[in-house]
Amino acid sequence: MATNYDVKADVYSKPLCAPKGTANTRRPNNTAFKQQRLPAWKPILTASTMMPSFFIVGLIFIPIGIGILVTSNNIQETEIDYTGTEASSPCNKCLSPVVTPCICTINFTLKEAFKGNVYMYYGLSNFYQNHRHYVKSRDDSQLSGNTKALLNPSRECEPYRRNEDKPIAPCGAIANSVFNDTLELFWIANESDPTPIPIPLKKKGIVWWTDKNVKFRNPPGKGSLEERFNGTTKPPSWHKPVYMLDSEDDNNGFINEDFIVWMRTAALPTFRKLYRRIDRKNDSQPTLPAGQYYLNITYNYPVHSFHGRKRMVLSTISWMGGKNSFLGIAYITVGSISFLLGVAISSLYCLRALLSYISFSTWRPRMPLKRS
Amino acid sequence: GARLGPQGGCAPPAADNRLKTTKYTLLSFVPKNLFEQFHRLANVYFVLIALLNFAPAVSAFQPGLALAPVLFILAVTALKDLWEDYSRRRSDLAINHRGCLVFSREEKKYVHRFWKEIHVGDFVHLRCNEIIPADILLLSSSDPDGLCHIETANLDGETNLKRRQVVRGFSELVSEFNPLTFTSVIECEKPNNDLSRFRGCIIHSSGQRAGLHKENLLLRGCTIRNTEAVVGIVIYAGHETKALLNNSGPRYKRSQLERQMNCDVLWCVLLLICMSLFSAVGHGLWVRRYQEKKALFDVPESDGSSLSPVTAAVYSFLTMIIVLQVLIPISLYVSIEIVKVCQVYFINQDIDLYDEETDSQLQCRALNITEDLGQIQYIFSDKTGTLTENKMVFRRCTVSGVEYSHDANAQRLARYQEADSEEEEVVPKGGSWSQRGSIGSHQSVRIVHRTQSTKSQRRSGSRAEAKRASMLSRHTAFSSPMEKDITPDPKLLEKVSECDRCLALSRHQEQPLAHLSPELSDVFDFFIALTVCNAVVVTSPDQPRQKVRVRFELKSPVKTIEDFLRRFTPSRLTSVCSSTGGLAASKPSHKSGPSFLSSLSSDSVFLKLEERLSQPTPSIASNGYSSQAESWAPEQKPEPGQERELRYEAESPDEAALVYAARAYSCALVDRLPDQVSVELPHLGRLTFELLHTLGFDSIRKRMSVVIRHPLTDEINVYTKGADSVVMDLLLPCSSEEARGRHQKKIRSKTQSFLNLYAMEGLRTLCIAKRVLSKEEYACWLQGHLEAESSLDNREELLFQSALRLETNLHLLGATGIEDRLQDGVPETISKLRQAGLQIWVLTGDKQETAVNIAHACKLLDHDEEIITLNAESPEACAALLEQCLQYAQSRAPHSTPEKTEGNVSVGLFPLCSASKSPVSGPSLSLVIDGRSLAYALEKNLEDKFLFLAKQCRSVLCCRSTPLQKSMVVKLVRSKLKAMTLAIGDGANDVSMIQVADVGVGISGQEGMQAVMASDFAVPKFRYLERLLIVHGHWCYSRLANMVLYFFYKNTMFVGLLFWFQFYCGFSASAMIDQWYLIFFNLLFSSLPQLVTGVLDKDVSADVLLLEPQLYKSGQKMEEYRPRAFWLNMVDAAFQSLICFFIPYLAYYDSDVDVFTWGTPITAIALLTFLLHLGIETKTWTWLNWMACGFSILLFLVVALIYNSACSTCYPPSNPYWTMQTLLGDPVFYLICLVTPVTALLPRLFFKALQGSLFPTQLQLGRQLAKKCHKSPKTPKDTFAQGHLPREPKTELSRGSTGNPSESPSRDCALHTSPHMQQPPACSPKASGEPSAVDTSMPLRENNLLESPGSSTAGEAVSGECPRDHQRKRLGTSQAVPLSSLFSLPNLSSLGCVSSLSLVSGLGSVLRFSRSSLHVDKRDSEFLSNPPQPEPDLSGLQRQTAEYL
Repeated sequence: MATNYDVKADVYSKPLCAPKGTANTRRPNNTAFKQQRLPAWKPILTASTMMPSFFIVGLIFIPIGIGILVTSNNIQETEIDYTGTEASSPCNKCLSPVVTPCICTINFTLKEAFKGNVYMYYGLSNFYQNHRHYVKSRDDSQLSGNTKALLNPSRECEPYRRNEDKPIAPCGAIANSVFNDTLELFWIANESDPTPIPIPLKKKGIVWWTDKNVKFRNPPGKGSLEERFNGTTKPPSWHKPVYMLDSEDDNNGFINEDFIVWMRTAALPTFRKLYRRIDRKNDSQPTLPAGQYYLNITYNYPVHSFHGRKRMVLSTISWMGGKNSFLGIAYITVGSISFLLGVAISSLYCLRALLSYISFSTWRPRMPLKRS
Repeated sequence: GARLGPQGGCAPPAADNRLKTTKYTLLSFVPKNLFEQFHRLANVYFVLIALLNFAPAVSAFQPGLALAPVLFILAVTALKDLWEDYSRRRSDLAINHRGCLVFSREEKKYVHRFWKEIHVGDFVHLRCNEIIPADILLLSSSDPDGLCHIETANLDGETNLKRRQVVRGFSELVSEFNPLTFTSVIECEKPNNDLSRFRGCIIHSSGQRAGLHKENLLLRGCTIRNTEAVVGIVIYAGHETKALLNNSGPRYKRSQLERQMNCDVLWCVLLLICMSLFSAVGHGLWVRRYQEKKALFDVPESDGSSLSPVTAAVYSFLTMIIVLQVLIPISLYVSIEIVKVCQVYFINQDIDLYDEETDSQLQCRALNITEDLGQIQYIFSDKTGTLTENKMVFRRCTVSGVEYSHDANAQRLARYQEADSEEEEVVPKGGSWSQRGSIGSHQSVRIVHRTQSTKSQRRSGSRAEAKRASMLSRHTAFSSPMEKDITPDPKLLEKVSECDRCLALSRHQEQPLAHLSPELSDVFDFFIALTVCNAVVVTSPDQPRQKVRVRFELKSPVKTIEDFLRRFTPSRLTSVCSSTGGLAASKPSHKSGPSFLSSLSSDSVFLKLEERLSQPTPSIASNGYSSQAESWAPEQKPEPGQERELRYEAESPDEAALVYAARAYSCALVDRLPDQVSVELPHLGRLTFELLHTLGFDSIRKRMSVVIRHPLTDEINVYTKGADSVVMDLLLPCSSEEARGRHQKKIRSKTQSFLNLYAMEGLRTLCIAKRVLSKEEYACWLQGHLEAESSLDNREELLFQSALRLETNLHLLGATGIEDRLQDGVPETISKLRQAGLQIWVLTGDKQETAVNIAHACKLLDHDEEIITLNAESPEACAALLEQCLQYAQSRAPHSTPEKTEGNVSVGLFPLCSASKSPVSGPSLSLVIDGRSLAYALEKNLEDKFLFLAKQCRSVLCCRSTPLQKSMVVKLVRSKLKAMTLAIGDGANDVSMIQVADVGVGISGQEGMQAVMASDFAVPKFRYLERLLIVHGHWCYSRLANMVLYFFYKNTMFVGLLFWFQFYCGFSASAMIDQWYLIFFNLLFSSLPQLVTGVLDKDVSADVLLLEPQLYKSGQKMEEYRPRAFWLNMVDAAFQSLICFFIPYLAYYDSDVDVFTWGTPITAIALLTFLLHLGIETKTWTWLNWMACGFSILLFLVVALIYNSACSTCYPPSNPYWTMQTLLGDPVFYLICLVTPVTALLPRLFFKALQGSLFPTQLQLGRQLAKKCHKSPKTPKDTFAQGHLPREPKTELSRGSTGNPSESPSRDCALHTSPHMQQPPACSPKASGEPSAVDTSMPLRENNLLESPGSSTAGEAVSGECPRDHQRKRLGTSQAVPLSSLFSLPNLSSLGCVSSLSLVSGLGSVLRFSRSSLHVDKRDSEFLSNPPQPEPDLSGLQRQTAEYL
């Protein structure tokens, strides 16, 4: 073992882990791991072994799917498109940019009463909130009340970073394009009395708790919100500055819930966002009784230029969220397909077994010849 | 060449002996390592992409984050390199700080120095058992003869001692060598890595030159043995030493699978570009559509302007490349390295590859071609030492035309074999051989002071005896008791002793040999030749010898010219003189002394020679012989009558075998010095032969010769020992007129016939011949030889010519047959490998007959095979022969054989053995080709034909091939047939072949380490190849192939998710998956399970793989990883990504979900799908797999939870604060996580299950078989009988509604166990007959299913149908064979031989020959027809068939 020659050889020839225990020999340890004899489950994918799993999947999925579907169907939902591109629509007039402010009213009828809490959404279609540049165009530290970022927003906000040498608060394209229609709901209690009863819409409690309390903070300071936002300017498309979003202090500025909802960029070009909550008053009375309703819209948000659509959605929710029958259908479909595959595979298996049995028995008599 | 000045310094600054194998220093590590890593293209690619991210216009991720994975990969590799470098540094340090004695000029004595402080030109003093620190020229030795023994095991693994000689001119110094008086200049060649060559000369201050040879050089790394002390001057130090120049480190090869994988990576790149292009075009259109419409979501540039659609498209393209970069798996290369290292670890750890006898396990020297082991198609094997043990055993001999069959010896060997096979622990205590052997070896061990001491001689395991023998042989090279103790043939023994007596009586007469009859004199010469004509070193217990100055050499007269020269070389005079007077004195002495010889002028040599040779012979005889006999006699006194224990250390095992054989005839070699050999005979006493010359063995001449002066006759004799083909051609032509000539001729033809007989038995044959030289002839030859020896350039060629001049006109003495025993398990291994679809070619340097017989013995050739022998004398003949053979081979290929029945009989009987044969052809062909024809066949115009022919043959045997030819054959097959080749060999002559082949395997056996050093894998024995290839090769291939496929699948599927999203985000290269998940998904979350599977998964268990070697074919055909598999995989990935994207898409359509709250479930779904997919692909689930999968999911959850709660404002743009936490409270999240992976994998599962039961591949059948057999009771013999019943209910159950109580599952087991039982060693035929009686139908049928993959391809509705028909056919043919033909097999095949003779039509010798007929070269006029002897195995076969019938 003199030279490097051997040293090198050793590095590569000796087992990576020197055998212990048995002194003086290079005999490898006879352990289950080293000899690759670990006890193992060895599934074999054949028709016979897989048949049960297909059936099991089918048997589990179909009930789940039915459950989901039932739940989903129990959800009440109504959707009012108020884009106004159709000439007949009351909001058609608002398409022209001249009419400001433009208020249009749409009536609709709820055939069934909505029980339980009702959520009011606005829905947009063909709106690419998930565009790469758009998604990036925000400054989270500004939104979390960081004073430095407030006055010097991140470069990501370009070109909505500064306006006339003042930092924009909140900066970025997302904030700039905030949804600014106002929706109001009125109920006509009875045909005779045309006075619409306004439905109380709660604008708080529509965001994640963490968003409102951790992620989004107004800039710190003792003074009024306006003072705290001193030195900043509003985003170019906004009508009023950020500190005038709401009259209530805990819903104003960055922690305005409508704003927070908007800032959570939607995943897909067709989306809805929670707008208001209509809380159930008591058990006896439906939250939204069946009947005639008016939807009053202050039409500000232009979507027709890019063929977008705007909707108002009223929906109750279940344990699994809003109405979506897809998941239930998916479960049922997959479950049935799986079941069918199970049937197919077992019938094929039977067929094969049968065939081989037949040919086996015809073949059998020849055998004695061989060994005779 | 380098030149060492007189003062020991040399012109350039003297290199020191520091060893530095480290690549880096602290400073250079980072730049150098990075530089090296960027040689890998993938790294450059990833860094470029990461850098691209720094451009704001295209940035997809946070720039720093994008660099993370690349940095991670680079860091891991760098750490690995650092660790390796550190361990190298440590070992360097240890070696550099070894101490030795170096002469200090200042202190004028030897002082202790570290190795690293030694410089070229230093004088080094070494003692016994010290390791030589540098390449040192030997100047002085304590040995009386100026010798030094070294052990070169560290260098080449050869365990025998090598002899080194003091430089001529220094050996005769009387006083201690004094470095201060050294004034010579040494010239030597530039440092090179040729261990077996060293040239140079030493120029003494007198101007005399003396040549330096490798015998004068002590190589670094060797150990001094048997010599008290030596002094030498350092010639090469440090990295210039031959040992270090030879050290090339581990080999880096690229495996076939990796090449294929790289090709697929390129496909992925193409796919990436396509996706990006598509996306870019889409984005361009999208921008054009929405830009002028002042969409609210359109974000203008920072200056308020908008990008043109084209620019936007270009940016989008670049961004897409960044986003989709995951498609090129960054972690693939790292993962593969990790998996391979683990595979190597497991191969190393396999206890079944551990050889207890030699205490060595398999070594993987190449770390990255493990999977190539699973794809080998051709094996090129050496014969000697690879298939055989290379333990030569003297079997029989013929002297002077008389054969001595040595029956007793044969019986003795048979006994060994029995003892061997019975695997008994019994050590026959009474047996004298074992006593003597062990005692002797222990003594010698102690006396030689070998440091490594005896290995603990554990007797525990099986085969203790063989083990012990091999342990002994570690110390005494090549000699186990089996080889040492030859039982002499009584007839021959008698003759020898008669000679001995005769000579003892007449030795003082003028012509002692003349009194003997020619035969007896031949016998005597024969044994003298056996004893003398070799390079065997005798070591005896009285070691080391002291330097005794009063040796006979001073009293005795000049013995040879060499001796003369040596004694009176000026250098010696100078040193003698300089001890008194220094330099000045040397000049006169140079002039006055007999230094005329120093110029080596031919005249003077000749003159001197004449002078010397004309001296009266008797005096020399008396001096040379009797005086020595007397001078040595006292030494022997202490142990009178008792045989002195001598150990013979030979360079090749045959030599030792012959010397031991001679000793058995009381003609014992007792001492060998450079210039004399002593032989001891019982009556004559000690005869000392002056050794005038030794012409060593080389593979071109194929013989060796010694020139000696015979002490009895004082004649100069040449004894030559060599391959019979060579020696027979060099014999003195004898005239047939005179009686003596006729007699000689008769002897020769007899000898030749015996040689053929030996060859037929598979013995290695050697011819012994003798030549008597007159003094004039000798002088004449010597003159030329000395010139040749001293010439500096072209020396080899001149020496070769000189040897040719000496070795002519020989007188044939006799021939020997040495058995080279087959290694254990070689026939079984070969048959298994062949069933595995491997073509085995044997390339050997041996003669054709021997090779053919060994091939028969190891079942490489079958008895019923037709053998095409290709022996051509000229290229034209070779071409014509090839053409003919080709036609023949083609003509017989298609029509399949009603008449060629023998083959089918064996098919019927041994269904498994026939599995590898293609069912259409009858008896298969084998090709035997000799070296000369091979040379012609390998030429450009013929190589295609040769290959085509070889492809038709089941086995190919190349005899008498040179190392170069071996490598050419391998290269040819590799390049032309595009086949994966494996070369296995043990000796230096196999090195080139091993290097050329895709996978080189060395046998770490007896012939040194050259083969191992050149190899990728080193196995202790040939039989381990079976497990290495069939089990580990298959596993490695299948694991890696599946892992690579999985990698591609995984990345494609993941990237697919992102791609589909582009359709819904305006092709803006947005990603719904958080960038952290995106970047670390491959690296962290999904990497561990696939690594565990890649390392541990066993698609088929080892037992089944060994039982059904044909499963190996899946690797050969690249079944697991072929382009189709790759693309299917990609399609599946695309499908799965569609499912995994659109289920969440639809589930969250028109909801208030935000991008990343929607992307996180998709990530989770992807992870689950990957794991489930891996679950489908994983064949064995150990707890490690479960752990890894659980760990992956847990890691994802934990990381996500921590990441999502760590910072409320960080990680723009996703800012995933509290996302995961919210999701975990959302039932929809769980619902889609359940339905999506199941949906995605349902088709795969379905098709897998369908294919698994309708068109199962071989591997799946093997797996099913393993499962079924596993459930049955353990003992294999009972598997069928007992396993049948308990299995029944189970199969019923699993079949569910079918209710069909028949076959399939139970059949698998039945059939596979019964073939197993038919394996000869497993159990008797009776045992196998019983289970097959239960249900005989099963084996054949299932076997068919297994063996014909064609029958199980898709499109066939019912798999069982086709093979059965085929089987019926086969049954029919075997039925047709009359039973009697079984017993007349030999006759049949000899008929075949006759009929094939007509095919030859006179053009050389194409013969199909079979067991009973031996092919004889046309050269030999005589055709020896031997009666067909029933071979033992053949009769065994017949017995077996009888049992069956």
